[in-house]
Amino acid sequence: MEGDISQMGQFIGAGLAAIGSGAAAIGVGHVAGNFLAGALRNPSAAGGQTATLFIGIAFAEALGIFAFLVALLLMFAV
Amino acid sequence: MADEATSEGGGLSFHPLDQFIVKPLFGDGPIHWYTVTNSTLWLALAVLSVVGLLVLGTRGRAIVPSRLQSVAELVYGFIYKMVEDVSGKDGVKYFPYVFTVFLFIFFANFLALIPMSFSPTSQFAVTGFLALAVFISVTTLGLVKHGLGFLSLFWVTAAPLAVRPILAAIEFILYWVRPVSHSVRLAGAILAGHALLKVFAGFAQLAPAAPLAILGVLAIYALEVLVAAIQAYVFTILTCVYLKDALHPHH
Repeated sequence: MEGDISQMGQFIGAGLAAIGSGAAAIGVGHVAGNFLAGALRNPSAAGGQTATLFIGIAFAEALGIFAFLVALLLMFAV
Repeated sequence: MADEATSEGGGLSFHPLDQFIVKPLFGDGPIHWYTVTNSTLWLALAVLSVVGLLVLGTRGRAIVPSRLQSVAELVYGFIYKMVEDVSGKDGVKYFPYVFTVFLFIFFANFLALIPMSFSPTSQFAVTGFLALAVFISVTTLGLVKHGLGFLSLFWVTAAPLAVRPILAAIEFILYWVRPVSHSVRLAGAILAGHALLKVFAGFAQLAPAAPLAILGVLAIYALEVLVAAIQAYVFTILTCVYLKDALHPHH
């Protein structure tokens, strides 16, 4: 019984941690959307900024990755 | 790992994480560090593909390149320009390492898309070591090149003096979690994508849902082809960014 409750806690915690992935998705969408908005205003400058775009996406994504990591740790390491 | 994650819903059985189990290739015994596993096999195939593209592809050294040679030249030029743009002119010295990392991850990701293959880049051990190698070499490089001046990386002079200590603390923590986010990004993307493929394939057990499931697998497979290339690119570009920080720590 006690194991069941702790396992339930693990699953609930992992599910809650998955919310963080959704938050990271908002961040990544924000970066990409703003890039597109800027790129459509000045398409000639857009090509040189794709590296910056990916760096921005990677940094926004990093915090979502920590949420994913917490979920993985709860599922398999706790 | 797999038995905890399997779910039995309405007679359907899903084992999306079974594909990531590392098994010995010959016989089944305990896995030592020298045991040849399926992970070893696909890592070796990735290395062989890189060698095949670059050594065999450019063997002719033709002025008018063959198909394979022009692919090799295209990739070389692409990564060279990226290192030059992101890390600066003095980062070009470290281009061979960046190029090796890119090609290795690229081929490991793409070979993993072959059905029934094993995806070595989904293992946190593999990507963790790749990220740690980058982290340790870049930190050493920065300390050797700038001495204690490398620590000015954490002292953001563009910010007002009052918030600089707080920023320094945040930057310091961010610096140490770099290898974590660097490695988990790659492994997580590949792991999640391949698990998703298996989950959709699992829905094909229900006869009415099978056509939809197969279409879903097709769509996700196309997405995975994109992800395989993008994750290799992102890993490499972050390596370049870290290299730039080591070469020019002053903001």
